[in-house]
Amino acid sequence: MDYSKIVSKKAAALKPSGIRKYFDIAAKMDGVISLGVGEPDFSTPWAVRREAIKTLERRKTIYTANPGLMSLREAVSEYTADRTGIKYDPDGEIIVTVGGSEAIDLTVRALVEPGDEVIIPEPSFVCYKPIVELTGGVPVIIETREEDGFKLKAKALAEKITQKTKLLILPYPNNPTGAVMTKEDLEPLAEALRGTDIMVLTDEIYSELTYDHTHFSVISLPEMKERCIYVNGFSKTFAMTGWRLGYMCGPREILKHALKIHQFGIMSSPTVSQYAAIEALRSCAEDVENMRNEYDMRRRLLVDGFNRLGLKCFMPQGAFYVFPNIRSTGLTSDEFCERLLYSKKVAVVPGTAFGDSGEGYIRVSYAYSLNHLKTALEKIGEFVKELKC
Amino acid sequence: MDKLIKLLRTNARISDSELAVMLGTTEEEVKARIKELEDKKIIKGYSTVFDEDFVSKDYVRAIIELKVTPKAQVGYDEIAREIAQYSEVESVYLVSGGYDLSVMLRCHSLKEVSDYVAQRLATIDGVVSTTTHFFLQKYKESGIMLIDEDKDERVLQ
Repeated sequence: MDYSKIVSKKAAALKPSGIRKYFDIAAKMDGVISLGVGEPDFSTPWAVRREAIKTLERRKTIYTANPGLMSLREAVSEYTADRTGIKYDPDGEIIVTVGGSEAIDLTVRALVEPGDEVIIPEPSFVCYKPIVELTGGVPVIIETREEDGFKLKAKALAEKITQKTKLLILPYPNNPTGAVMTKEDLEPLAEALRGTDIMVLTDEIYSELTYDHTHFSVISLPEMKERCIYVNGFSKTFAMTGWRLGYMCGPREILKHALKIHQFGIMSSPTVSQYAAIEALRSCAEDVENMRNEYDMRRRLLVDGFNRLGLKCFMPQGAFYVFPNIRSTGLTSDEFCERLLYSKKVAVVPGTAFGDSGEGYIRVSYAYSLNHLKTALEKIGEFVKELKC
Repeated sequence: MDKLIKLLRTNARISDSELAVMLGTTEEEVKARIKELEDKKIIKGYSTVFDEDFVSKDYVRAIIELKVTPKAQVGYDEIAREIAQYSEVESVYLVSGGYDLSVMLRCHSLKEVSDYVAQRLATIDGVVSTTTHFFLQKYKESGIMLIDEDKDERVLQ
């Protein structure tokens, strides 16, 4: 059979994630020091794991309601209100999803018609563009710049808005740059959107991992709740990536349609994870604080380390990545990553995996122990020194 | 807990400059703060956590539980001080519960441990009874895991 004729054109046209590029090679080498992963090195807090065990012992292993356990939706509603001042009704304005990823997928599928334009700031996480393309939507890229702190500027946004613009994706705190948007940064964007029918998918999965300032959500600005789908989850905040649990909050009239897609595609999110997640929201503030402090120290160490090596490094304000500028080496992102891997066995992700505007940068994750990071920095130091010779 | 103390607790060899970077302060401030902690005896000393299989092949370690009759005026302190004088004694704790003093010993042989307990500890005035537990395996010390940790199985997405 000629499968290439059978596979859907849209699926075939999807490019594989650029994050994996060098890691497939790295997987075949011995003793590689990876700085690639996008998930915490911490274990899920014990209180959460214990709750999951209890859930299993009580034989709570059946489906939940399609939008998730009511008690979890109530906890999400309280938690979100506490942080943003915005209250979502657990009955109709919240869906518990399989990770933030499913919430992104549901949002796009519930909103985007073929031909609709979706504005995506880049560099950003790899999933937005392919998901938009699968629906027949047209990704419209805005390249953010280091000199703007990789923030989305209202002027750049206004230039890309057309009659066909359906959705703006707002991925802050940002993976891979670590950029955040403050209230002052968000207000001009909100102003550009008020009075339009453009929706915003605000992906705030790293909202609890910000360092110098507390995170501010776009939904907290006047007239924004009604035009936002707020996406968050448990993976990064509570080190719960494998539990596959996130949520979306937004207008009832949109979520009721997204819920149908969720119902037919997923049924309900993992039950054990849902019970455990209630415990995460209610009793793990101290665990989150400890993880944040640890990430913060690693962040400072790496930024200082890269700057010392002459690789100018933007000070990230959120997430757990640094995004050093490697242009001073004269190499492209790809060349840098490839040579670093082969000569020093250190694996990092090229900035270009997150969009063309990532050229000239590499993404370095600090979801690793201090000793691991220090060893990696030393090796990168040797590499940069040898380049200069 | 103080962030500096937390960092030093698991790695006393982190350089002052690295500490300064991680804590968002200056090297001078770190030096001054450590000196202050040392002067105030809040930092009591620095020790190294070894792989005991490697460095203590020829040693036997034990915990001795001691029941003692506290003395008037000085309570347990006098007995604890006396025990702490011996070089074989690694640590001495006063604990609550079924016994009073917990003494950790490091000796060259089982015989040495038993001699020490019989001749030195049991004979101290006020010691009512002793129970000796030999160490078999050490899993974690001073916040440092001594067994192989799980392999990093995270994959890239």
